[in-house]
Amino acid sequence: MSELNENQQTTTNRRTFLKAGVATASMGLIPGVNLIGLSQAAITDGSAASDKQRWGMLIDTNKCESGCTACVDACNKEFNIKPSKKPSQTVQFIRKVTVRHKLTKVETSLPLMCQHCENPPCVDVCPTGASMKRADGIVKVDMHRCIGCRYCMMACPYKARSFIHEEVTEQMAYAPRGKGSVDSCNLCVHRIDENRENPRNPACVDACNSKGHKAMIFGDINDLKSNLNKALKKHQSRELRSELGLNTGVRYRGI
Amino acid sequence: MKKVRYLELEGKSASFNFLAALFAGMAALGAWAFFHLEHSGHADTGMNNQIVWGLPHVFAIMLIVAASGALNLASIGTVFNKGLYKPLARISAWLSISLLMGGVIVLVLDLGNPFHIDYMFTSFNETSIFAWNILLYPGFFLFTGIYLWTMMDTSKRNYYKSAGTAAFIWRLILTSGTGLIFGLLVGRIGFNAAIMAPMFIVVSFSVGLAFFIITLMATYKWSNRPLGCVLLKRLKNLLVIFIAAAFYFAVIFHLTKYYSMASQDLESWLLFGDSVHTKLLWIGQVVIGTLIPLALLLIPRVGECNTAIFSAAVLVIIGTFCQFFVTIIGTQAFPQQVIGSDYQVIASKFGDADPYHVYSPSSWEVMLGLGGLGLTFLMVLYGFKIMRFLPESLADKDLDPHAKSA
Repeated sequence: MSELNENQQTTTNRRTFLKAGVATASMGLIPGVNLIGLSQAAITDGSAASDKQRWGMLIDTNKCESGCTACVDACNKEFNIKPSKKPSQTVQFIRKVTVRHKLTKVETSLPLMCQHCENPPCVDVCPTGASMKRADGIVKVDMHRCIGCRYCMMACPYKARSFIHEEVTEQMAYAPRGKGSVDSCNLCVHRIDENRENPRNPACVDACNSKGHKAMIFGDINDLKSNLNKALKKHQSRELRSELGLNTGVRYRGI
Repeated sequence: MKKVRYLELEGKSASFNFLAALFAGMAALGAWAFFHLEHSGHADTGMNNQIVWGLPHVFAIMLIVAASGALNLASIGTVFNKGLYKPLARISAWLSISLLMGGVIVLVLDLGNPFHIDYMFTSFNETSIFAWNILLYPGFFLFTGIYLWTMMDTSKRNYYKSAGTAAFIWRLILTSGTGLIFGLLVGRIGFNAAIMAPMFIVVSFSVGLAFFIITLMATYKWSNRPLGCVLLKRLKNLLVIFIAAAFYFAVIFHLTKYYSMASQDLESWLLFGDSVHTKLLWIGQVVIGTLIPLALLLIPRVGECNTAIFSAAVLVIIGTFCQFFVTIIGTQAFPQQVIGSDYQVIASKFGDADPYHVYSPSSWEVMLGLGGLGLTFLMVLYGFKIMRFLPESLADKDLDPHAKSA
């Protein structure tokens, strides 16, 4: 009898242990599941991105006002990016730069962000495929697969990527970021995925339009009816560091 | 040539215990730094969004490059049939394994998400030279491990030559891969160069041999084993050739970068600027790492068979460290060309218009790097204690300088 009790007790203990183990394991999985859920939250119909579309942008530097940082501010608000304790470690998805032409000395102000290359060096060098290009041309980072080697940052010709040096708090549900991962502009993919047929503009473009500058046109390069397609056909534009042959999705006019 | 007798270190002396404690302490510092950074993130490092790779990478790359170079001594004996070097093969192979372990550990522990490392294998990106490198490291352990096994297990002697040749070929591929991590960075004019691969191989010859000489001389001195002048003179001559060759590649690299208008600004700044990188290049790499060692080794009676060889080896390691510091960090420190060669960035809140980016490594990064070095020599020390890697004597009378490998 006592032996039976002992066996029962052992079984009970084992069951308790297994339950506790499963509960503990679940606790460990919850953050990951949550993050996956958060990252997919914006995709409304679950369909995959299509290569029939290619999202891009034309930036008219003639309209970009020097000193205006509306696009940068809007981006920081959209992704809740806050300054780091060390300024050099602050995350940036978009920045304003002023450039001077070496021959004419003409100065121009322009926003600089991920150029969403057709042949992105960051994607080529990423050892795990965390740095990836969607079928619709958006280059982004899968933070769950990112090991934080920063090789993509070394490879990016535009220095468009940032490393998350510290714990991130108050993240936006549609754009989770993780300490130890790399991140960059994704053309506000959460807005695009809400309605790929007629997406909202990225936050920077909206902000530029709100200011009345209208220096940024966003859209589907492949769509003959899109404003972007029409503008690209009408105006001569260039890609930055064109010698690299990356065929960027972001183009500039006026430089 | 007499039959070589291999004996473990006794490992009971005060000097052994001191070294063991020292290296274990260094490794512990590295572990502490890792756990701290894992908790706090890289915020507590001097690295930032401009200097993406910092001091840990300098340590890691130097150790990884030295690892393949340290295998040279074994390869000379086995692949190139030079019998004099044959007794050194076990030391050479074990040192190379230990150096690679130290380097890879630093590289992995500096990752932002080291616990995601399994993705390197489960979602392998075949276009990434970094991903290929991660395959090359275990391959090196495997090939060199098998090579070491064939040296020590007489029943496997038939495979000795093949294993040695395979390890030799693998090490060349590995160091090419390390060089190409930088050489294939097409967007960075300071790095992108095919010469990076052979340059890293030649640097591996010199720094690997320097690590070998230090290990050999220190071990034989502290264990009171005879180490003859014949062997040391050969190693000295080899070191002279390797230092000169590494310097030649460095000169060609900088000269071609300076010649190209696309990278001339960067090179001018590196070669003639006022930053710490210029000082490290000229004083560290050229004077301390090249000229003084060459003088020590070439001036008659100074570098015959004494501590001058040891000193030269130490200086070569310091010089190589400076070289990698300048190559890895200095090149990042100069603002990257982001628009096009016809434009100059004159204002940016992201440092694009800075004269150069400042990098001040934190103590955590120093500790992490020293941890890799400590782990390396802890492995070397205990390898020598546990396994029969060390010939009982390397005295002149026990070695035949003209011997051909069996």
